[in-house]
Amino acid sequence: MPRVRVLVTLKPTLLDAQGRTVQDALHALGYQNVNQVRIGKVIELDITDEGQPVEAQVKEMCDRLLANPVTELYEIEVLE
Amino acid sequence: MRFGVVVFPGSNCDADAYYAIRDVLQQPVEYIWHQDNDLHGVDCVILPGGFSYGDYLRCGAIARFSPVMQAVEEFARQGGLVIGICNGFQILCEAHLLPGALVRNEGLRFVCKHVYLRVENADTPFTNRCRAGEVLRIPIAHGEGRYVCDRETLQELQANNQILFRYCDSSGALTKESNPNGSLANIAGIANERFNVMGMMPHPERACEAILGSEDGLKIFESIVHSALAAAR
Repeated sequence: MPRVRVLVTLKPTLLDAQGRTVQDALHALGYQNVNQVRIGKVIELDITDEGQPVEAQVKEMCDRLLANPVTELYEIEVLE
Repeated sequence: MRFGVVVFPGSNCDADAYYAIRDVLQQPVEYIWHQDNDLHGVDCVILPGGFSYGDYLRCGAIARFSPVMQAVEEFARQGGLVIGICNGFQILCEAHLLPGALVRNEGLRFVCKHVYLRVENADTPFTNRCRAGEVLRIPIAHGEGRYVCDRETLQELQANNQILFRYCDSSGALTKESNPNGSLANIAGIANERFNVMGMMPHPERACEAILGSEDGLKIFESIVHSALAAAR
């Protein structure tokens, strides 16, 4: 049974307000060498193998639902 | 003119919109359940504010695929009037009925307060009872209302006068301080190219009676009725 991990991130051109706030907090903790923090999300899928290439199917899922092409990028990793 | 207010699981401004239409605007209105496949023959669909499907994944991302939204998309394609308020605006963007997207407020905080909006285009079904440049006072209540789009889309929005409302100060000046969420170009509300679909983050249904602090929101609903009457003539 293929397990697939999708990593969704905000496009680099967009301000990541959450990442910036975490960066400020890291600075406050003394980690002054942190230059940038970007926060995304991980979506893990367990998929029943039906003989078709799972990566193409997950790409379709990303384009339709899992990511918003206006604001986000995604990477697909087939784990097993 | 008959209005329909769509109810998603997690909608929480549906009753406010229903009340504003029935009791203040005095027009017929009914609820439309998110599982419905048709729009009961209404003339204007309102997608209300709230947190449809818990805002899971992204605001509006799940609601966009509910059965009623397939009917709303078809209705919009045929030129029917659709107004999305707050979460409704987010759903319209996710459904690609409006360009761009709404992301986390620049300041990260949920902002709930009255703001000033400048009417940028008063020649639309949603703004014809306003004057161009008029300043409206209407509340916002959102955590993810920062409008973003790419440069080409912004140029198109500007060239076609599709930006209907921008955040401003009480005198109508577009300032950084008056932008509550970091929206691109102070954008608070936009329409599609055909001007039959409109989305806005502020809540006009919460500003329809003096006792609520402002009646400015009523102008938007009156505009919709006026445009329908004009079209029927």
